[in-house]
Amino acid sequence: MTEFDAACAAVQAALDAGARYADARVMIRRTESMTARDGDVEALTSDESAGLGVRALVGSGWGFYAVPDLTDSAARAAGRRATQIATASSRVPGPPIDLVPTGAGEASWASPCEVDPLSVPLSTKGDLLVEATRVAKDAGADMAEGIYQVWDTRKWFASSDGHRIDQHLRECGAGVTASAFGDGEIQRRSWPSHRGQYGTSGWELVDELALVENAPRMAEEARALLTAPLCPAGETTLVLGGEQMALQIHESVGHAIELDRILGWEAAFAGTSWLDLDQLGTLRYGSELMNITIDPTIPGALGSFGYDDEGTPAAKRDAVRDGRWVGVLAGRDSAAMAGLDYAGSVRSDGWSRLPMVRMTNVGLEPGPHTLDEIIAATDDGVFMDINRSWSIDDRRLNFQFGCEIGWEIKNGKRGRMLRNPTYTGIGPRFWQSMDMLSSETVSWGTPNCGKGQPGQVGHTGHPAAPARFTNVRVGVRG
Amino acid sequence: MTELNTASRVLDLVRAKAGAGAEAEAMVHHSAEALTRFANSAIHQNVADATTTVRLRLHVDGRTATGSTTVTDAAGLESLVDRTVAAARLTPVDEAWAGLTPPMPLAAADDDFDQATAGASPDERAARVRAFVDAAGGLETAGYCRTFYRSGAFANSAGQAVSGRSAGADMDGIARDAGVDGVARLAGERLAALDGAELGARAAAKARAAGAAIELPPGRYEVVLEPDAVSDVLNVLSAYGFNGKAHARGESFARLGEAQFDPAVTIVDDPVGLLPFDLEGTPLRPLTMVDAGITAAVTHDRRSAAEAGAVTTGHSSAIAFVWGPVAHQPALLPGPGVASAPESAGPTAPTARPLVAGMRRGLLITDFWYTRVLDQKSLVMTGLTRNGVWLVEDGEVVAAVSNMRFTQNYPQALGPGDVLGVGAEAVPIPDRWAGHRISAPALHLRSWNLTGNASG
Repeated sequence: MTEFDAACAAVQAALDAGARYADARVMIRRTESMTARDGDVEALTSDESAGLGVRALVGSGWGFYAVPDLTDSAARAAGRRATQIATASSRVPGPPIDLVPTGAGEASWASPCEVDPLSVPLSTKGDLLVEATRVAKDAGADMAEGIYQVWDTRKWFASSDGHRIDQHLRECGAGVTASAFGDGEIQRRSWPSHRGQYGTSGWELVDELALVENAPRMAEEARALLTAPLCPAGETTLVLGGEQMALQIHESVGHAIELDRILGWEAAFAGTSWLDLDQLGTLRYGSELMNITIDPTIPGALGSFGYDDEGTPAAKRDAVRDGRWVGVLAGRDSAAMAGLDYAGSVRSDGWSRLPMVRMTNVGLEPGPHTLDEIIAATDDGVFMDINRSWSIDDRRLNFQFGCEIGWEIKNGKRGRMLRNPTYTGIGPRFWQSMDMLSSETVSWGTPNCGKGQPGQVGHTGHPAAPARFTNVRVGVRG
Repeated sequence: MTELNTASRVLDLVRAKAGAGAEAEAMVHHSAEALTRFANSAIHQNVADATTTVRLRLHVDGRTATGSTTVTDAAGLESLVDRTVAAARLTPVDEAWAGLTPPMPLAAADDDFDQATAGASPDERAARVRAFVDAAGGLETAGYCRTFYRSGAFANSAGQAVSGRSAGADMDGIARDAGVDGVARLAGERLAALDGAELGARAAAKARAAGAAIELPPGRYEVVLEPDAVSDVLNVLSAYGFNGKAHARGESFARLGEAQFDPAVTIVDDPVGLLPFDLEGTPLRPLTMVDAGITAAVTHDRRSAAEAGAVTTGHSSAIAFVWGPVAHQPALLPGPGVASAPESAGPTAPTARPLVAGMRRGLLITDFWYTRVLDQKSLVMTGLTRNGVWLVEDGEVVAAVSNMRFTQNYPQALGPGDVLGVGAEAVPIPDRWAGHRISAPALHLRSWNLTGNASG
């Protein structure tokens, strides 16, 4: 019995039990992660997970059931159970549900991968983390930590619309962090970003990160931060590095344009959105420099795939064009409910979880400047980079971010290092103040995006480049 | 094959493939979770899954590796052992290996196990959602009703072998009135104890009282935190402060034996309704982390305990190896007095009413949202209020307030002299993300640093 056989058996059993639509995903995933501390491997874990999740639609009610058993009998039982659960949903029914078409068909897709991460010897991977943390420790870190993570996922998707799609995604990434302990506070510097850089890519991504080469500088900067002056408090011109811009986009644009949030489906937990569908196409989200795309086709970016978990082919779409809000992240049912004709942004974090609207690669198109030009054009301001903390309200309006490091900008030059830099603002007001944007785009990967109940951890990508914002409140402290 | 038999089978395979000298521990964990989720007053996501995971940790020739699988047939178990043994042989020597848990009995039997909850149907969950929606009196509602069943067995090559089971249910919902929300949550071991109508009415009462909100300027305010907000404080203190690994590394504010909190504060870890052992097979027992204001203990697994020269407190978990051992179910013990009779009218939770009555001017805060660490050691946090804030003057709620951002040192907020009252009733709150339970009364605090409002 093949994986497609199991998926098809589940779909057919759901239909036979009364569902009007059903789909099923078989997933087999291998994960591997290693952490190192101060020149020693700290933990090595290798996991395998395999199972089937089936979704059934009865009337206007969905049901989902998942089992770690790919036999024919287990698959059929799961299909029947999904329909039973969907039937129970009718006790508290919602409006009629339609599904926008996806162009069903048979397809196969694999992410680009030059070096299979699981084929790289553990000793090679261990040596990398050991060396990166050792040189950081030698360079003055009180504690140096390194991590790599690998996900190897195979999916087989079948639906009652006729989908038969298999995909093979290989994702990986790594990073190193140096910590310096002072009296009552800890300063950290991370390379290349908070928690590391990740992509839908082979091990070549990690090879290009130059962890060992950059680790000593992280240690030196963490120690220097302990005695650096605090980021001043007040309103100023703010320049953000590309990594922090990625999370700014993630939190204040990516989540806000999720259609399930806009429709209220996440109201009790993740929250809603300040965006109103009536304003789609007309609302000014930011300055004219702001062009945000939804693009799961970017080779190597962490939010890339061939087909989403409803079988919709990956396609690039505008979310914000010349500062105006023009697009959303949608699924087949949410799009139909909103009167839209496109889906393509539904995924789950494993076979045991319900697919839901998730970010893919949501990022900024490049601007006309460079970071050097932005700083040279700034008389008085603060430059912040590398995320340290993030918080935003349940409508995705009121945010506060902390960064690992900051520098004052005076008369067009980068000046003193600043510690504990933070900034806060209101989303659209902030984006409308963006007056310079760099062309130095990097697709940053976020492997820890939480959403849904039961909780799911999503992998998202964010093309981003340094940018400048005016009249931003910085230096918020407890 | 029983779960204990499966765990023993894994140990047999380790002996066969890595030799009798290999130290190994196997955990077989079965989880059946069902969650009926509603939004816009209709069930929109209704899910269930049943998963068995086998986890193996082994230490061979001085080297350690961990692996897991959901493929539990013979081939799957053999594959798990093969790759974990291979991984261990390639890792460096593990100087910090703390050995295996020796044979020791469980602390208690599973007398509270409720079979009806373990086997609850989707119709039973939907019925509670129906009651919540109806009790909201036409307000838009959203939330979930969840039931779960867990069983597990642990065996190691030192001879420890234990098994157990647990079941539970919780409900978490909001009612929405003109864009403002009220919330009601409850966790427990029995689905029968969850009254959807009572929770729906309570959420609706809060939502109706939250309209026409005023905006207040940022600043330091006296506050009464309701149990939902207090649960966030307890989660954060547990995850960062009372975490034995963080403590051993100097990343925690905690100083054992010092009076770091107000004498009214006693925080314990109360592992009721859980599998009765941790991931290393150590039986779970209550642990007092703060005793009448004095920091008394941090949570340890075997590794962090060895690093600190302490003994394990039974807090090994899947995340403990990297993140550190964290309290299973933190609880703030209630203060003296008598809890108010539950009523659905008005915004104030019963446990908070006596505290609100004693506040001359301050804020009543229902819930916190998106709280994040600004500095791990001092535990300066930022976050926002959610699901209802009210201005209190002379012991009475006088106006709803729009949500505000705060930037606050959590341990300092509960410091000596800064706790003006602790509610007389602790409410079991389900954690919205991880699913564990936090038990919290309301708290009356001298000062909370609100650093922003809806305008910025």
